[in-house]
Amino acid sequence: MPKITWVLDGGREISANVAVGHNLMEAAVANNVPDVIGECGGCLSCATCHVYVDPAWAEKTGKPGEMENDMLEITTAERREMSRLSCQIIATEELDGLILHVPHI
Amino acid sequence: MAAPIILVGAGQASASCAGKLRALGYYGQLMIVGEEPAAPYQRPPLSKKYVSGELAVERLFIRPLSWYGEQQIELRLESRAVALDPIAHLLTLADGSQLPFAKLLLATGSTPRSLPPEIGGSLGNVFTIRNLADADAIAPALKPGAKLLVIGGGYIGLEAAAVAAQKGLTVTVIEMAERILQRVAAAPTSDFFRALHQSHGVTIRESTGLTELIGSDNRLTGARLKDGTIIPADIAIVGIGIIPNDGLARDAGLAVEGGILVDGQCRTSNPDIFAAGDCAIFAWHGARTRLESVQNAIDQGEHAAACLLGVAPDYDPKPWFWSDQYDVKLQIAGLNRGYDSTVLRPGKRPLSQSIWYFQGDRLIAIDAMNDALAYALGKKALEAGKSPDRAALADSQSDLKSVLA
Repeated sequence: MPKITWVLDGGREISANVAVGHNLMEAAVANNVPDVIGECGGCLSCATCHVYVDPAWAEKTGKPGEMENDMLEITTAERREMSRLSCQIIATEELDGLILHVPHI
Repeated sequence: MAAPIILVGAGQASASCAGKLRALGYYGQLMIVGEEPAAPYQRPPLSKKYVSGELAVERLFIRPLSWYGEQQIELRLESRAVALDPIAHLLTLADGSQLPFAKLLLATGSTPRSLPPEIGGSLGNVFTIRNLADADAIAPALKPGAKLLVIGGGYIGLEAAAVAAQKGLTVTVIEMAERILQRVAAAPTSDFFRALHQSHGVTIRESTGLTELIGSDNRLTGARLKDGTIIPADIAIVGIGIIPNDGLARDAGLAVEGGILVDGQCRTSNPDIFAAGDCAIFAWHGARTRLESVQNAIDQGEHAAACLLGVAPDYDPKPWFWSDQYDVKLQIAGLNRGYDSTVLRPGKRPLSQSIWYFQGDRLIAIDAMNDALAYALGKKALEAGKSPDRAALADSQSDLKSVLA
């Protein structure tokens, strides 16, 4: 199971091993990561699971899809180059060690 | 120890409220009482990816079971609340136990309307979709070649129709009103979904009343319509609206008017009893409002947490909804209640368009089909109180960001 680390706005870190195939919004909610809400359950309708992928991981996580890209228009925290909706990042062994920065909302 | 806060109903609103209470620093006793055997789970996927078999049950749970332990939230499941005494601050459960509380949230949800037994509503293979148990009962009946009758062309019925059509069932939807989605959307949205379902082989019969469901040996065999025709059917799914679960509140003498009446602070007519989610009705934009959506369950549930602990600004929902049917995602922002005109904006992709609802010159809601940008920018405009120029909006070549600037 890949280990994922969420870095909160104040610097606190939460790490968890996430089952392959689960998305990183549900993983964040399951691990009580604040400010990742996932209101719509991961169906690309709310943009409340917004994170910034650590630049070192940009290549492995890839770019947002077309619809995700549109939804990134309504994030509460400002959209940046590394912005993703974490419900669209699926845990794989490749992502072991991934770091996600969580904006405070 | 001080008496606990009790949340009645183990659905989305209670789960959101409980999480928020802890996040806001409430460390006192906290209990969720629910009738169903399952810990709080997401309902929206039930009529979509769960009933179709694409989403496993574990993925439905709002929080892992361990979370409740870690947060010291007591889950009292398979426990029906039968009486509420607002004066003595006591909640009575079906097993006779009496639970004292300091404050209590009614998040009792709603119940789907069913057809009366006199017209066949209790025949076998006649379903409504609300709970995990409902979806679990329907899933095995969705066999290729079977004939499904959907009664009611609202979102839940249409979602079920889409799942069944994709599984190879023969599907007929009957709708009493002139058009499907009449209660919730404008004609162009109805037209879009009618055409979509027809393109997948679903028969849509509007202005069609049901006389009765017919069966033999307690099994459904078909339906007799108002015009006398009989449609054969193996399964029926009834999606004709929901009724707020306000009985406990009414029996307790709390104010109930088409839902449990609350103020902007989620407070009922008793200052220590609150309500949120499907069961609660509140004044919003000059009209009594009850929102049947997961957005409201979450936001009002969280709002209630703040109110249980003190005073918060009045609840001001930002409604949004969604529906998945075939390869179309419908996203709705705002509430179209009271609209007097609409503008259709064609989308840039196949099966993509948006409908913009106006009351006078004021934009009040958007239905976006396969057009997340229209939804996202429209939602932002609604929240900022901006109303775009209609002609510019209707021009598919215009730049939406500039139109909404």
